[in-house]
Amino acid sequence: MTVETQYLSAQPKLRATTTVLGAIAIAALLVAPFVVYPIFLMSVLCFALFACAFNLLIGYVGLLSFGHATFFGGAAYFTAHAVKVWGWEPLSGILLGAAGAAALGFVVGFLAIRRQGIYFAMITLALGQMFAFICLQVPFTHGEDGIQGVPRGHLLGFIDLNEPLAMYYVTLAIFLFGFFAIWRIVNSPFGNILKAIRENERRAVSLGYRVDRYKLGAFVMSAALAGLAGGTKAIVFQFATLTDVQWQMSGEVILMTLLGGIGTLVGPAIGAGLVLALQNYLAASDFPVTVLIGIIFVVCVLLFRRGIAGEVMEFFKTRFNRST
Amino acid sequence: MASTQPILSATGLTMEFRGFVAVKNVTLSVDEGTIHALIGPNGAGKTTVFNLLTKFLTPTRGQIVYRGADITAMKPAEVARLGLVRSFQISAVFPHLTVLDNVRIALQRPSNLATQFWRPLSALSGLDDRAMELIEAVGLRAYAHLPAVELSYGRKRALEIATTLALDPAMLLLDEPMAGMGHEDIGRISDLIRRIAQNRTVLMVEHNLNVVSDLCDRVTVLARGEILADGSYDAVSADPRVREAYMGTEHE
Repeated sequence: MTVETQYLSAQPKLRATTTVLGAIAIAALLVAPFVVYPIFLMSVLCFALFACAFNLLIGYVGLLSFGHATFFGGAAYFTAHAVKVWGWEPLSGILLGAAGAAALGFVVGFLAIRRQGIYFAMITLALGQMFAFICLQVPFTHGEDGIQGVPRGHLLGFIDLNEPLAMYYVTLAIFLFGFFAIWRIVNSPFGNILKAIRENERRAVSLGYRVDRYKLGAFVMSAALAGLAGGTKAIVFQFATLTDVQWQMSGEVILMTLLGGIGTLVGPAIGAGLVLALQNYLAASDFPVTVLIGIIFVVCVLLFRRGIAGEVMEFFKTRFNRST
Repeated sequence: MASTQPILSATGLTMEFRGFVAVKNVTLSVDEGTIHALIGPNGAGKTTVFNLLTKFLTPTRGQIVYRGADITAMKPAEVARLGLVRSFQISAVFPHLTVLDNVRIALQRPSNLATQFWRPLSALSGLDDRAMELIEAVGLRAYAHLPAVELSYGRKRALEIATTLALDPAMLLLDEPMAGMGHEDIGRISDLIRRIAQNRTVLMVEHNLNVVSDLCDRVTVLARGEILADGSYDAVSADPRVREAYMGTEHE
């Protein structure tokens, strides 16, 4: 079986390459704050985790949520409130944000999961808009002002997060934890069933899987991880505002994921880095950022639909297969 | 071998789609341990009946009883959990997963290895032996690590049967298992179905009448959504109404 041996022999090489690249990436992230502005890096890490959490749904279950800002921004409010008003320790504040996002995810997921495709996206969008409106109206979010001046405090009581480097490494640790969690979920017995549902939902049903429960489970996990990112962002930037719960944010995370590569683990993180870098470095110039991002998006859809990471992986896969 | 106890029976099944009656007052009973064929010309409603029996469609009227329990209002996943498992007319595999993964996915649920999101994939390696046995049984041993999409049509159907068998169902509903197959594949799949049916009940939709006469204990003929005849192959094929319904496409 020549075709089969090709597939088998390509796998260990791919795995070795991934390990090496992963080690290089982690090393680069460890030294990055000495080269690049740490605040920028931290925002990239938060958005990268957000995009990876979003990709857990679209890339591995095939569900397009158009309301993920609810979980990102909602968690930011919960964390900011717990830390600023209740005086919580920052890590427990972030965990509360993630738990709150999971609860919101359960409600939104429960209502949306019964519909498919565009209807699913529309329901998540509508519920997201409702949540944004609630955030504008309820007193604890302080309307247009948002929650400002959230103290970073001391992590677990002894790590001073006002030190930019300490804050950076904590953010990096949270990102790596979230990224590892996603990797584990995708490569688990549960993740296997998610892939089966994405590949052929009717067949999964005919094998006795209650697919709605699996979808809801994945939705809650994705919401919780998006909340982890949002809560961390509230500590890093010391505020939580309406920007993070509005639909534009839901759109931005879709864009990041598409650019980086849907259904690849690192793609969304790369996409997040790219979009934020463009926004950041072009903000000062006269060139309108949105136009450039629009052009990149069009080029991406026309020329490399698998996204950046997807195209690179495909290139390596075909090369390995040819060389054996 | 064949007992007279019906394992699955449907009474007065009717399915209307916005005024179009696809299935009309179908009463059908499948005896435990038999191979039962559902035949009929194109558009007779065979696949609709399958969808009704496995609850992928809810009948407008009528009742379905499986092993003494009324399953008319159940969801398809629940019916599958009771051991009434179907295949599809268009081959239903998980295309980008390997042959081994396809079968393992079916094995995961009965083994309670489907919801663990915190464990590595290696937790599933305990299922490999059983999966390989099933793959071997349908003659796909050499393709176990290929993505299903790379298989030929006939092998995809074989994989589908292996996946279905992984659930160890009491009753299999096979929707045109030989459609589009070459001569050689037909022989292999026939043998396979005969082996499967030694301790199971099979209800199959089939167009190839050679296969039906060769394999099936009982035949139900459906035409225009209604039951035309029911009985042994010889009795049914001698029925003039059946010959008329088939007209030119009649066997021999």
